[in-house]
Amino acid sequence: MARKDEGSRMKDETGIQLKRKKNKNRLIEVGAIIALVIVMAVLLPSVIPAFRLRLIGRFLSLAIVALGIDLIWGYTGLLSLGHGIFFALGGYALAMHLKLQIPEGQIPDFFTLYGVKELPWVWLPFHSFPITILALIIVPGIVAGLIGYLVFRNRIKGVYFSILTQAALLVFYNFFNGQQKIINGTNGLKTDTEKIFDLVVSSPNVQRTFYIITVILLVLIYLLCRWLTTGRFGRLLMAIRDDETRVRFSGYDPTGYKVLVFAISGTIAGIAGALYTVQTGIITPSIMQVAFSIEMVIWVAVGGRGTLIGAIIGTMLVRLAQTFLSESFPEIWLFFQGALFLIVVTVLPDGIVGWWTGYGWDKLRSLLGLKRSVVTYPSLAEDPEVQREIGEISENK
Amino acid sequence: MSKILEIEDLTVSFDGFKALNNLNFSMNTGELRVIIGPNGAGKTTFLDVITGKVQPTEGRVLFKGKNLKKIPEFKIARMGIGRKFQTPRVYLNLTVRENLDLVCNSNKNVFSTLFSRPNNNETRTVGGLLETIGLDTKANLQANLLSHGEKQRLEIGMLVAQSPDLLLVDEPAAGLTDEETENVGALLLSLAESHSIIAIEHDMEFVRQIANDKVTVLHQGALLCEGRMDDVQNDPRVIEVYLGETPTTS
Repeated sequence: MARKDEGSRMKDETGIQLKRKKNKNRLIEVGAIIALVIVMAVLLPSVIPAFRLRLIGRFLSLAIVALGIDLIWGYTGLLSLGHGIFFALGGYALAMHLKLQIPEGQIPDFFTLYGVKELPWVWLPFHSFPITILALIIVPGIVAGLIGYLVFRNRIKGVYFSILTQAALLVFYNFFNGQQKIINGTNGLKTDTEKIFDLVVSSPNVQRTFYIITVILLVLIYLLCRWLTTGRFGRLLMAIRDDETRVRFSGYDPTGYKVLVFAISGTIAGIAGALYTVQTGIITPSIMQVAFSIEMVIWVAVGGRGTLIGAIIGTMLVRLAQTFLSESFPEIWLFFQGALFLIVVTVLPDGIVGWWTGYGWDKLRSLLGLKRSVVTYPSLAEDPEVQREIGEISENK
Repeated sequence: MSKILEIEDLTVSFDGFKALNNLNFSMNTGELRVIIGPNGAGKTTFLDVITGKVQPTEGRVLFKGKNLKKIPEFKIARMGIGRKFQTPRVYLNLTVRENLDLVCNSNKNVFSTLFSRPNNNETRTVGGLLETIGLDTKANLQANLLSHGEKQRLEIGMLVAQSPDLLLVDEPAAGLTDEETENVGALLLSLAESHSIIAIEHDMEFVRQIANDKVTVLHQGALLCEGRMDDVQNDPRVIEVYLGETPTTS
């Protein structure tokens, strides 16, 4: 009886400790986010030159796609090699809206090259800014949901899913390349000289605004992904990743969950594509090249699958390294990228963040002469019964 | 007494190979039935058909009088059939409590899972289950830190969390030490008081521990014999297929 009481007291204590630790971690996280936002959105724009800021804005938009990839790959185990599709859909939607900011009755000049006299009907709603924003959020989501539904309903998974997404990417790529009369084919849509709210898109002020919007959206989408991946829904995603059959036998239909999360990921990619396009100045079908969609996956792998912050860190590191290396030694970047991928696969399978939480932090502590947090087999060190016995022994001494 | 499960003339063939051959089987509500049989007797296929993983080629499976043909697995699970796999299949990256909580969720649709939080009832059920399976001190440990036997118990707990009417348990004693085997056996016996259970097992010691009711022997996809453990053990046909006294048993 006494033993049992002791056991339950022990349990309550660990419960409270857990909650405290959680609250403390949450506080740290909120503080870190606020600090980062202030640095990124307020300080950085006044410190670095405009063209550098634009570059960072583009990287941050790419970090948003990486969050979407992490959501489906890191948490749900769906490796998509076709996110270029959704990225491009978002980009084209916003780019065409900018192209349409011309006096009424006129159509963008590229149409005349192909003898098109009237604006294709698909573009009619894109005169309106709110509809454009809605479209660039919803259309990629619907396309992703549709592809997802067809694939997941038939229980296609693993490598076959990846191949199918890549095939879909190629289909879209070729389709967009061939549609001169609707989207200017291979030439794409240029946005730099267009106007938004009567301001030239490439002017420093507009670009700074886009940059700040990107920072804010990155934080919002990060929080959305945080919300999705914690709690029951997030745990179910991980359960689907780890053992889908078991999920089915527990009374859940994984199809709906996978379709929803894939659609959300598509939407995120669409938003990122729009932000990337206006900060690049052009969108062409080449954004749907196979290599670019694979690169998105590499960012997440480098940063650490299944850690949202890792997706952001990975994207920024790879893209910054690419910029600096290709500026100083243009010929070695590709080798470096290849090497980076090899290093991640062989030495850091959990990515940078995974390595840090699993190994690096402890290593640093021990280098500084602090106690390692866990020194024996985790099963022993974390076993409450063993802990209680250790406590009893030290009390007796 | 009402039948919880009836199987009529069930044949399952994979590319012409008959894993189950014209099998008839039925069990009463509240019964604990043990199914034994040599390797390749079709025991696992039998569970696959009941849970909807494999569709019958011929014949039908009735659960509480309802034909299970073409019903997807998750709906069969919601109807009240829970299945434990041969190797423990728990979600290794979640804690023990989270494992149970996922299964305990009363509304398993996408949006209610996304927006709802665990209610008091579910929290209490999870707490009770943790005690039943003896893992309450390890509730906040990740499942991959559990021993094999603890994982087996956790998975049985997850089954019960589904609050099924029929539990299907595939070799729960595989790979366990004697002590753990006995724990699992006692757990099954206490569950049998409120559930109908089908247990598939190889370990005869264990079968003797839990088989209070009938034992069914499968052989080459068909029913070989059925009866109390003592009778079955002395049945010459059973001895023949287990010990292989005639060349037909290969």
